[in-house]
Amino acid sequence: MKANMLPRILILIFSLSVSCLAHAGVDIQHWTAPSGARVYFVESHSLPILDLEVAFAAGSAYDPPGKSGLANLTQGLIDSGAGTLDEEQIAGKWVDLGARVSGGTDSDRATIGLRTLSSPTERNGSIALLHTLLTAPTYPADVLARERGRAIAALKEADTRPDAIAGKRFIQAVYPDHPYGVISTEASLQAIVRDDLVEFHRTYYTARNAVITIVGDVSRNEAEAIANDLTTGLPAGEAAKPLPPINLPKRETIRVAHPASQSHINIGTPGYARGDPDAFALLVGNYVLGGGGFVSRLMQDVREKRGLAYDVHSFFAPRKLAGPFEIGLQTKRQQGGEALGVTEAVLNSFLKTGPSASELKAAKQNLADGFSLRLDSNAKLLANVSVVSFFGLPLTWIDDYPGKVAAVTAEQVRAAFARHLDPQHIITVIVAGD
Amino acid sequence: MTPPSLAKFAFASLFFLAATAVHANPYEKTLANGLRVIVKEDHRSQTVVHMVWYHIGAIDEKDGTSGLSHALEHMMFKGTAKIGPGEFSKRVAAAGGRDNAFTNQDYTAYFQIVPKRALPEMMSLEADRMRDLRVDPKEFAQEIKVIMEERRMRTEDNPEALLQERLNATMFQAHPYRRPVIGWMNDLENMTASDLKAWYKEWYAPNNAYVVVVGDVNKDAVFKLAEKVYGSIKPHALPVRKPLVEPEQIGIKRIVVKAPAKLPFIAMAWKVPKLKDVDKDREPYALEVLATVLDGHDAARLTKDLVRGQKIAQSAGAGYDGTLRGEAVFTLEGQPAEGRSVAEIETALRAELKRIQDEGISAEELQRVKTQTIASQVYKRDSMMAQAMEIGAIEAAGLNWRDIDKTLDKIRSVTAEEVQAVAKKYFNDDDLTVAVLDPQPLESAKTRQPSAAAAALRH
Repeated sequence: MKANMLPRILILIFSLSVSCLAHAGVDIQHWTAPSGARVYFVESHSLPILDLEVAFAAGSAYDPPGKSGLANLTQGLIDSGAGTLDEEQIAGKWVDLGARVSGGTDSDRATIGLRTLSSPTERNGSIALLHTLLTAPTYPADVLARERGRAIAALKEADTRPDAIAGKRFIQAVYPDHPYGVISTEASLQAIVRDDLVEFHRTYYTARNAVITIVGDVSRNEAEAIANDLTTGLPAGEAAKPLPPINLPKRETIRVAHPASQSHINIGTPGYARGDPDAFALLVGNYVLGGGGFVSRLMQDVREKRGLAYDVHSFFAPRKLAGPFEIGLQTKRQQGGEALGVTEAVLNSFLKTGPSASELKAAKQNLADGFSLRLDSNAKLLANVSVVSFFGLPLTWIDDYPGKVAAVTAEQVRAAFARHLDPQHIITVIVAGD
Repeated sequence: MTPPSLAKFAFASLFFLAATAVHANPYEKTLANGLRVIVKEDHRSQTVVHMVWYHIGAIDEKDGTSGLSHALEHMMFKGTAKIGPGEFSKRVAAAGGRDNAFTNQDYTAYFQIVPKRALPEMMSLEADRMRDLRVDPKEFAQEIKVIMEERRMRTEDNPEALLQERLNATMFQAHPYRRPVIGWMNDLENMTASDLKAWYKEWYAPNNAYVVVVGDVNKDAVFKLAEKVYGSIKPHALPVRKPLVEPEQIGIKRIVVKAPAKLPFIAMAWKVPKLKDVDKDREPYALEVLATVLDGHDAARLTKDLVRGQKIAQSAGAGYDGTLRGEAVFTLEGQPAEGRSVAEIETALRAELKRIQDEGISAEELQRVKTQTIASQVYKRDSMMAQAMEIGAIEAAGLNWRDIDKTLDKIRSVTAEEVQAVAKKYFNDDDLTVAVLDPQPLESAKTRQPSAAAAALRH
């Protein structure tokens, strides 16, 4: 399935090839592997590199009650033993292949990323090893005990850090009765046993719950073979069940004592879900409010005019369901009240009037004209395509982006913010306030 | 799985391709005013990275005025005779680009990543602030507050950063690396706009700078443009830089840093040689390989032995950077697992060193270093910013971009015997500084109050 009509330029020259990456459009090819896994592929031969990501709907939102941290451990320990290999053999093989393995868990997804040279020896070796990890992890009990201990120690350490405390209290308050707001604790980690990992893997690491994104120096036929090789032997399974709906939190201010020299302030609420029709209006609006770096209103009023903070920002982090909208800043604790007041004034005024004509123009200019910068490497391309693939966005989403941004009006921004940021549901967390 | 011999062959052939490809690229031209322009053509996309690097950093600062270079970097966004405060970033954003800057011990660098059509405007903006920066006292009064907030965020409330700052201040007694890049809070409180103006006048000149352009450009067009835009900026004589050499350390130093945290942490730092002569030196390359064997990849020794094997560490690491203007340091560090002590980590880190001193490293380990080096060379070409950074950083150390491939070749030529030899020769206790983080419970930690001077500054 071709995502666009623009020609691809694919010239195989080894290194100084003049083939363009994301020249004017991104040609995403999409199919379903015989195993049931969905596959998204962008062919690019400008470097002898292959990047791929396997994503499962197996994020922390799927943790069973009382066992928060299970999704994270299941993903994290996937290379702790597989087939006949132990963790040292696996680590050694990756190094010998010159491959880089990455990945992690967020609320929706568990991902495993692979970057390898595209030469057949390295590529085939890497795909074979990744296949073993995906289909036959052994989850040795002694490694689980060790890694659980490390996770608990890291958790206790994080509980001493003002930024981590603020982040945790914020997410709990924004999602008071939803899996998105559940945080791992020592007790929830202690409750996890080896069988839980095996069961979680069997349930969620299945072909129909998998999305594979491939970018790089392989042909369509080779990409099909890679997707087949990776998912052969995964149980067919089924797509993960939908998550429960989100109830908006009641407006609340939470204060946490801490001896830090700066107050850490987070303000926000559930924002929007991937695929929301307001997405582009919120993106453009947030650029003006606090996403546009030095030119944003928050940066101007809090930092540039008053010197109240080094870092002040706002962002939407869309997820399968409404992900958080968050404003964050740090300021000398004695002036926490003043900084909070200025920040709230900026937010309220923006909610009331939306962007000015010149602000709107500047935001669109940067987001639309600069979009090509977000696609100028295989790594960035993979990051964008994997969003399209996991969340099932239209295949033309990347190509449509500049046009959708350009079409946003000030009134759409104001209306979208009013729909998604109701002051009655805004949570404020202040750690180390005076 | 892959037989090792096959893998070796494939890597060797790939390396050959990479090496032949980079032969003609980058390109360099020096303008009449001393400004060097280095261009690397990369036509994979229509992006251009434009960087201006100045040979000025914390290493050049004096007692009482630490943080000048970094503060000046902030003020470089606060306007010139031609454009107002904040206008620089506004114009970059309007061009669809993003910009930022960074300062470290050895250099100050500014960059814009833009669609290629915006390169001429970016050059004009950088040339304008190279020529004629205004340091408005009112703007400075706001900005220095921002920098103090930056210091609080990065250092004061960050136990690891605090430990690193105090470790540097202890291991170096004369060398300027003892001062933090962001500056001591006292020095920030007493810094003035005229200090910065003077610093700018002394050091910001085309003959103390170089431009790095990577992206979808034609080198001759870039040279021509640079000549037109930067060529008329007048050079001036730079202050004399005296040699800076740390007197020999004559005994172990140990410090304790108390901060709110849960787990302790230990860092051990030895003074070791840096890279001076790319062709003749051998030891810096051997030290680089030693660091990689200990902590360069997932199968490296420290994590394998201390975290996974003995289970005594939450984390463990090693670091060496021999490409710098000042003194090089080799660091080993670790955080004990819950219930284990820093003394156990120190013993284990020393045992890892001892094992290499006594037994050397294996052929497999050496091969892995080479494999990693070659793979990294290919992967780095996926990022224009990484390529520009690599050129800029080696130049900042006083070496040349032409040395990049040479240093990688040299690393691949290191033998197991050379690694064992540096492990034996350096790492004496007399050259060692140890810093330990002593975690304080939150309840008993004193709330951080600003100093009297900071309170006064608020009025």
